[in-house]
Amino acid sequence: MFLRLIICLIVTLLFLHANGPAAAAERFITVASTTSTENSGLFQAILPLFERAAGIAVRVVAVGTGQAVRMAERGDADVLFVHHQPSEEHFVADGFGVRRHDVMYNDFVLVGPRHDPAGIGGLADAIEGLVRIAARQAVFVSRGDDSGTHKREVSLWQAAGIDVVAASGTWYRESGAGMGTTLNIASGMGAYTLTDRGTWLNFNNRGDLVVLVAGDRRLFNPYGVILVNPQRHPHVKTAEGQMFIDWLLSPDGQGAIAAYRIDGQPVFFPSADKDTP
Amino acid sequence: MTASDTERQHTADTASILPLRVRDICFDAGGKRLIEHISFTVHAGPCLIVLGPNGAGKSLLLRLCHGLLSPSEGTVEWVEADPIRARSQQAMVFQRPVLLRRSVAANAHFGLRLRRVPRLERQAVVAKALRQGGLSHVANRAARVLSGGEQQRLALVRAWALQPQVLFLDEPTAHLDPAATRAVETLLKQFHAAGTKLIMTTHDLGQARRLADDVIFLHRGRLLEHSPADSFFAQPHSAEAAAFLNGNLLW
Amino acid sequence: MSEFRDAFRTAISLLVNFDGDLMAIVGLSLLVSLSAVFLAAMVGLPLGAAVAACRFPGRQAVRVLLNALLGIPPVVIGLIVYLLLSRAGPLGALGLLFTPTAMIIAQWLLVTPIIAALTQQTVSDLHDEYAEQLRSLGVGSLRAIPTLLWEGRLSLLIAVMAGFGRAIAEVGAVIIVGGNINHVTRVMTTTIALETSKGNLALALALGMILLLLALAVNAAALVARDIVNRLYG
Repeated sequence: MFLRLIICLIVTLLFLHANGPAAAAERFITVASTTSTENSGLFQAILPLFERAAGIAVRVVAVGTGQAVRMAERGDADVLFVHHQPSEEHFVADGFGVRRHDVMYNDFVLVGPRHDPAGIGGLADAIEGLVRIAARQAVFVSRGDDSGTHKREVSLWQAAGIDVVAASGTWYRESGAGMGTTLNIASGMGAYTLTDRGTWLNFNNRGDLVVLVAGDRRLFNPYGVILVNPQRHPHVKTAEGQMFIDWLLSPDGQGAIAAYRIDGQPVFFPSADKDTP
Repeated sequence: MTASDTERQHTADTASILPLRVRDICFDAGGKRLIEHISFTVHAGPCLIVLGPNGAGKSLLLRLCHGLLSPSEGTVEWVEADPIRARSQQAMVFQRPVLLRRSVAANAHFGLRLRRVPRLERQAVVAKALRQGGLSHVANRAARVLSGGEQQRLALVRAWALQPQVLFLDEPTAHLDPAATRAVETLLKQFHAAGTKLIMTTHDLGQARRLADDVIFLHRGRLLEHSPADSFFAQPHSAEAAAFLNGNLLW
Repeated sequence: MSEFRDAFRTAISLLVNFDGDLMAIVGLSLLVSLSAVFLAAMVGLPLGAAVAACRFPGRQAVRVLLNALLGIPPVVIGLIVYLLLSRAGPLGALGLLFTPTAMIIAQWLLVTPIIAALTQQTVSDLHDEYAEQLRSLGVGSLRAIPTLLWEGRLSLLIAVMAGFGRAIAEVGAVIIVGGNINHVTRVMTTTIALETSKGNLALALALGMILLLLALAVNAAALVARDIVNRLYG
């Protein structure tokens, strides 16, 4: 009797899954993306426009860039939308993605406590800022999670010639968490950290933190979008995924990105190659 | 169990499962021999009381007869060859009544439901048994909130509702006050009068005198006497039984 | 401390305004966790009772395994379910990843050992008390399972509610297998995690209060149900 009940329930649940609370039999794609796009509020602003125009729902799984790439490699997403160009190019070169398109960019900023013990406020050179933080052994919170932001931070330390691995656990703290959590930690500790501007602008628990270094071209943060290769994963929704990419690169999509503001400030800057779509 | 089995057990079931033959049984537990080479035969009819001081092995012997325990040596045989039928014609009431967390009536129904007795028949049997046990007025109460005496009467009613040929009772009044004990004994006499074979342990001599037709006397796991009650109480053969009857504890 | 005051105010305004998004999230949380707990009870109750009441080869192993599974972190369960349901995994073809069903499976795996282990304990005690009487009445050890479960219903309800508590409060597994997709797999706990990472601490705390309220309501409903059953069956 138990067995029959269980079978009934599983069947019911499978139906439930099919017809789910996410509206009956809708067309959807799954996009593996980063916490920065989600946490900045961009997706909430622009996705409804696409969904209304195309009748395709976009399901965003927002994780670190490293995890998003691996998720797409396993075929668990139709489109990859992240911000670490070397990883993205690698992804395409290895045959997991069809082609990488520039979508938009913003920049990273170094944030830290207002009283700025390392004295980096107003520097134009991000590397110099990191050197001063290290020299002063001021607490710096790293994402430490293989995300796009983390990868960028590591390469900046390398450029500065500082071995943060040796300092791990002392003034260099790895949160192993998303951007928001890392900002919460930095805010709580009065520490420095590297963040993308979108998450920063949408972040509501800044406490004593302010932007100290911005504008260095090495802080440039480009986002790319890639259709997962259907030859690798035949179940990929090629048509729908491509429609989403085409829309992002179209004047409509690019305009929507440009129009998204937080407190009147632009967050992302469209950068699609005009010839691509 | 098929419908025809049920039929056989509850309507046309008259063939006696007795006599019970216990042949040279021993029972060991924890490296100790608790029952030593006991043999006896139980025939239908007289009420059999198993007497003896604490620790003599009375409860063990009852469980071995009822089949709750298996002897380490020897055999326990009913004349009924079908073990399922033999079991279905027995019931047992324990020292502490084990009642289900349900109503009084549901407890009485439980055993019959297990035997797939049809609902209407069940209701009639249960109503009659509850009336006999003086529990009709509490039929819908929770069994576990009854008084000790009422609980034990319910345990008896539940066993009785199964209409067993043999009813085992393991010190059923050990925890009861005199009034409740008298009520239980009255019920037992009614069951006996209706033809049920009673096999009961007790260490209460007065109770044994009131109820026994036959007596088995146990001492330290050995059967020292098996005789009619009259001769046992008048003239015990063993020194231990004599000492027990005189109120000298033998341990 | 102003966060707590803000959170309280936010929680009340969310509830009073019957916020549509919030209601959908609460609904999904309940759907997922109640389904998972129901399925876990269907498996955990008989399994725990069988381990307590029946002798079978491997019984000790099952018992040890159940107790060990109690300590497994939700994230690990999430990871295992993710790898199974991933397109590259053995069950990938079902396409269940990032659906409520995947979340139910993960919570089911998480809760079943809890219910089974607690059931095992309860039924074990009951079995000591009832074993002889039941055997005397001709109840075999398999047939004894439903009887013992019914006898233990009051304690077992607590076991099931403990399972529900773990399910509804859990975030590590559902965020991995559900993906925290807006309007699809976003539940209370993953929303709280998201709002915290956005630095919306007051909102996150308000959602935490609502989650607590929800757990209270479900527990209260269970206790009322228990009282009704108690009154009906003694």
